[in-house]
Amino acid sequence: MSDYVKMWKDLGMDLEAHDNLCQVLPTAVGDVFLTQENRPKAMDFWDMVISEVHGIRPAELIEAQKEGRKVFGTFCVYVPDEVVVAANGIVTGLCGGSQFWVPDGEAVLPKNTCPLVKASVGARLGKTCPFFRIADMYVGETTCDGKKKAYEILGEDVPMYVMDVPQMKREKDILKWKEEIKEFAAKVEEFTGNKITPEKLADAIKLINEKRKAMQRVYDARKSKCLPISGRDALLMTQISFFDDPARCAQMCNKLADELEQRIKDGVSVVPEGTKRILVTGTPLAVPNWKLHNIIETSGAAVVCEEMCTGTRYFENLVDESKTTLDEQYMALSERYMKTNCACFTPNTGRIDDILRLAKEYQVDGVIDCSLKFCCLYDTEKYSVSRALKEAGIPVLSLETDYEDSDAEQLRTRIGAFVEMLNEK
Amino acid sequence: MSYFIGIDIGSTCAKTIVMDRERRILHRLLQPTGWSSVETAEEIKKKLLDLAIDVEKEKVVATGYGRVSVPFADKCVTEISCHGKGAAILHESADVLIIDIGGQDTKIIEVQGGAVTDFLMNDKCSAGTGRFLEVMANTLGVDPKQLCEMARKGGNTTISSLCTVFAESEVISLIGRGENRENIAFAVIDSIASKVVSQAGHMSPGNKLVCLTGGLCDYDYLRDTLSEKLHVTVNAKPDGRYAGAIGAASFAVAMEE
Repeated sequence: MSDYVKMWKDLGMDLEAHDNLCQVLPTAVGDVFLTQENRPKAMDFWDMVISEVHGIRPAELIEAQKEGRKVFGTFCVYVPDEVVVAANGIVTGLCGGSQFWVPDGEAVLPKNTCPLVKASVGARLGKTCPFFRIADMYVGETTCDGKKKAYEILGEDVPMYVMDVPQMKREKDILKWKEEIKEFAAKVEEFTGNKITPEKLADAIKLINEKRKAMQRVYDARKSKCLPISGRDALLMTQISFFDDPARCAQMCNKLADELEQRIKDGVSVVPEGTKRILVTGTPLAVPNWKLHNIIETSGAAVVCEEMCTGTRYFENLVDESKTTLDEQYMALSERYMKTNCACFTPNTGRIDDILRLAKEYQVDGVIDCSLKFCCLYDTEKYSVSRALKEAGIPVLSLETDYEDSDAEQLRTRIGAFVEMLNEK
Repeated sequence: MSYFIGIDIGSTCAKTIVMDRERRILHRLLQPTGWSSVETAEEIKKKLLDLAIDVEKEKVVATGYGRVSVPFADKCVTEISCHGKGAAILHESADVLIIDIGGQDTKIIEVQGGAVTDFLMNDKCSAGTGRFLEVMANTLGVDPKQLCEMARKGGNTTISSLCTVFAESEVISLIGRGENRENIAFAVIDSIASKVVSQAGHMSPGNKLVCLTGGLCDYDYLRDTLSEKLHVTVNAKPDGRYAGAIGAASFAVAMEE
């Protein structure tokens, strides 16, 4: 990634520290992805993006900024991309998924904060991630206490806007979220200097819906007993989709889906017949967090679906495209986003319905429910998730982990035992 | 004749079981794991040669945290599956709920119809493990087994810390206060049993046979305390510490079946 040194310097990054990150990433990519056999050809695109993850896309974003466009960094699948896109802005995901950023986060946050929050704060304050430097404005949301407080700290360093996500899903909450979206739209208009019109918003809704449909197509291919793509590759595709241009993302996902559908027709599978199929559910796996998928898939099983923010929660449900006034469109957005089932809501039985439905659709043999350490919400919800799965006769393994490698062997034992258990069944 | 060998390299002890095709136990070996699992595996190989058993010619299944360090193993199986299988064989029951207290972890394993159907393992923390007991016994200047028997005569004292390091400080301050050793020993066993019971609480025994395996299986007072707290009889067999190795040897037999 040497060509980008000047760009990183101009972004005010800590080059020395960043070099350390650049040195470990290729090894990780090699170990996790390139060792796999019989990968879909279309994965070349994501291999290229991840090999220059701090180069290619950041350079594009900077070019766009030169043309006067604004970049909004987001942390959550509740923040509506459509609003930003309608004002000719660009959205980029900002969640940190590496232990590398955790110590810089711990410098200001309590140690018992979730690693995703610590890594995200660390990536900004440690000046070691170009995306965190490029974003003109951060858009936060009130989905957990750790994030709420972290946004106050980030807000001292970068323009920060926080959306107030409701905690329940009553009719008045859906109305309230619509109002939040409307207020956010006003902020985006002010920040970009561009007016959001019903036509522009309709186009944006269509664009993001197309991206969702394309991602859904890739996931649909994973439902086949003839598994055309590994969980690791599918996860990488999903992770990168948070950073990419939505039109190109849709195009690449559709290209990948074409290949996967052909593979199914030709009977090409990435795993031997009878390999146990795992649904992974829980907290998000932000790039470059591949630990869980890597352990599962090197323990003799395959991940066929993620009920996660970096998974089905990101693209399931479309926004109604038939609305023609801004007010109706904001309502349509609210209705779509409020269908996403996150543990920050109470009650959240919709997530259990989702897990049971996905387990059936993706023909899974077992579910691994994994939360990041110190995520009280998902950790607590494990109780009702595992009870519902047991009642449905679906084996479940509950895990908790962070970004460190120190528990890899313990995880390997638990996951290995779970796979052995499924094979004995 | 063919021998079937199961090697369970745990954090504290390495257990080896040699079986015949009918799953009858022919030999048992027990040794400390020491600092190198690889060297331990070599020693086991030598000891078996003394018994005229060549590991290179027989089927070997390795388990335990050191399972990957047994170069002559034909297969590695996790300790969960091995303990499940081993305990079911030992207790001659296809439906068992196993409490395995090992050196560095505690496992609760549910076996139905002879196969593992669910399991729980403690986190990185050593509360409720053999290591916790070892550290406390050391502080009291006795061996773990003596501590366990002393505990039977004690009472009315508790240790509140789950962390081994903090609990050790707590024990030291109890000693400083002049608390008698029996009462401190009682508190140590009570702490281990409570931790294990809260872990086991996630799984209901139903009509399954509850059994204790691992290095503490012949610690009668611990077993009594667990029985009392769980409101069921906790069973144990003299070979309970070999449960993982028995399971591994049984998987070795299964490889040829």
